[in-house]
Amino acid sequence: MLLNPAIMALVMVSAVICLMLLLASWFAVRVLSHWDINSGSERQLRLERRTYLISTLLVWAFSFQLMSLLLFIYNAESMSGQFVGAMCATGVLNVNAWGWPTLFLKMGVFFTGAVWLVLNYLDNQGHDYPLIRYKYWLILAILPLVAAELILQLLYFTNMDPAVITSCCGALFSSQSEGVAGEISGLPPAQMMPGFVLLGAAVILSGVWVAKRRQGGWLFALLGGAAFIVALMSVVSFISLYIYEHPHHHCPFCILKSGHDYIGYLLYLPLFAATALALSVGVISPWRKITSLTLAVDRIVPRLSWIAVVFFSLFYLVAAWSVWTSHLTMTGVWW
Amino acid sequence: MLLFLRKQKYLIDYTLSSLLRRKGKSLGLLAVYTTIVFMLASVTLFTHALRKEAGLMLQASPEIIVQRMQAGRHAMIPADYLQRIGRLRGVMQKAGRLWGYYYDPIVKANYTIMTEGQSDTPLTEIVIGTGIARVQGLDVGDYLTLRSQSGEAFSFQISALLENDSELVSADLLLMSPKAFRRLFSIPEGFYTDLVLSVRNPREVNKVAEKLSQLLPDTRPILRDEVLRTYESVFSWRQGILFVLLLGSVLAFVIFAWDKASGLSAEERREIGILKAVGWETADVMRMKFWEGMVISLTAFLIGYLAAYGHVFFASASLFEPVLKGWSVLYPQFRLTPYVDGLQLATLFFFSVLPYIVATIIPIWRTSIADPDAVMR
Repeated sequence: MLLNPAIMALVMVSAVICLMLLLASWFAVRVLSHWDINSGSERQLRLERRTYLISTLLVWAFSFQLMSLLLFIYNAESMSGQFVGAMCATGVLNVNAWGWPTLFLKMGVFFTGAVWLVLNYLDNQGHDYPLIRYKYWLILAILPLVAAELILQLLYFTNMDPAVITSCCGALFSSQSEGVAGEISGLPPAQMMPGFVLLGAAVILSGVWVAKRRQGGWLFALLGGAAFIVALMSVVSFISLYIYEHPHHHCPFCILKSGHDYIGYLLYLPLFAATALALSVGVISPWRKITSLTLAVDRIVPRLSWIAVVFFSLFYLVAAWSVWTSHLTMTGVWW
Repeated sequence: MLLFLRKQKYLIDYTLSSLLRRKGKSLGLLAVYTTIVFMLASVTLFTHALRKEAGLMLQASPEIIVQRMQAGRHAMIPADYLQRIGRLRGVMQKAGRLWGYYYDPIVKANYTIMTEGQSDTPLTEIVIGTGIARVQGLDVGDYLTLRSQSGEAFSFQISALLENDSELVSADLLLMSPKAFRRLFSIPEGFYTDLVLSVRNPREVNKVAEKLSQLLPDTRPILRDEVLRTYESVFSWRQGILFVLLLGSVLAFVIFAWDKASGLSAEERREIGILKAVGWETADVMRMKFWEGMVISLTAFLIGYLAAYGHVFFASASLFEPVLKGWSVLYPQFRLTPYVDGLQLATLFFFSVLPYIVATIIPIWRTSIADPDAVMR
């Protein structure tokens, strides 16, 4: 399956990202052992100059990562015609044991990458690079994730066997099936719906609070993370049902298809962006106590929080709209 | 926000004027870049359009084809197999088909012969595809002579030509009556080339095929979905092969871009020195260089893609045709339906723009950290 152009592109991108992070990690080790902002030595000067290169490298690496996440899902979607039993991305991800872990790792790298970018931006605002050590420790932590993603993705693509009969989304995401997907599909919407709405209100309110008062960033990040997970579970549990107008179709990928006006992208893109921003707010707001960063944090945190609030609201509005305009009525079944 | 946008605008403005000042170098890079995008995009657009076309065509074909196998080879299937199949739940229609190939030594080409209509279709009338008409110089009303299995010559009058828009399948097609077909190839009554079954519910197709292989152990059922899947993988495989071949040129391009970005002339070096002397920071220079890369990349991508679009959909992809379509004497002449796909576009982007960006990061950084006094001296 390696000769499929989209797969070649994905493998190539992952390899390039991995190389870029290797380069950055090698530099990170040197920074961690030799960095001394008060020194005027030639080595320190060289290190300071090189930070520009590393920032640029990582900005690109994480932008590529975002594109590769999108391409990965899109490719899984389009390959569904080549496997027996697959009707959407679910079946293709199910072809072997590596599909889902690759997807989750890609999501994980996307979120840590986004947090790193914001941290880097904040650090560059301070004249004495106060966060440089944390920032480069974080790179060393991201490297294994990226390497694991490269390997898992390679395993996933090389072990694709078109003769294997995979299970389609209807089989995986059904309340009768076993495992995590089955559990989530079986979640009672009567309880999920209030939870989804309450958490949505909480995360938006906390976001507005952080934007206005510039404190409580950690709460916003926590709520944002929780809202992300509950939102994904709700998509499987009840939102998708309303979009398909079918009481038993729980698939989180079929909503990306043209038959449903690509509404999935309108749901997932704001949700992912908002969650990444909320997490970043949580990570940068504690640095307000560093004097050289106080001003920058006061400037950046409200801005990011507002954008996150807008994206969260967009997600909840689209979700509410798709439930509202749906012709599916579950009154009397769920409550 | 407005300030940020305005700053970027000024940077782009500066970049454009600086690119125009170095016309020769910029155009050279742009030409190579565009060629790379053009080649990759041609392959992508062409294979994708072919795949789409094949898929659309097969939509109308029957769900199951039953072929009889004898000693591992395809053999004629007796008509009473239709009775032996009997009534299978889910099967809407079943029928026998007669078709085959005829090698014409005059034009050194194979015709595909299919039968059409009932037994009352005039024996001596045929309908031919435009490909045959072209190579033989025939038109409606002319006669085409075919040599039968037994050595006799049969003359057929051409009653019509097949329409142009289906030329991908009909270029080498020849339609005649079943009776004439049996006479031409000496096939006794009661035998068919294969049987076709149409199944309404796609979920039942596999079950029906399973029942068929139990009922008629000497046959093999071929499912439409299998054919579609095979087409899909064959086309993406062919596209992949061409991409691997083109990867060499992408690599050459990467080296070229790296070289262009790092080998600055004394003039450019001085320019950056002056910029830094008047107060630009390293980050500003890098941003300016970033916009330079973006301007070149987007221009090359756009021009290359549009050129490839024209090449594939207006010039029938004349450069890659033989590799991607296969070989045949009776080449169909057809215009593909233009089709642009997001996944293909993204793949193309990863194969052309990404290598360029990666190749220029380090040279750009090297340029922008230069000390103003060192470069101006």
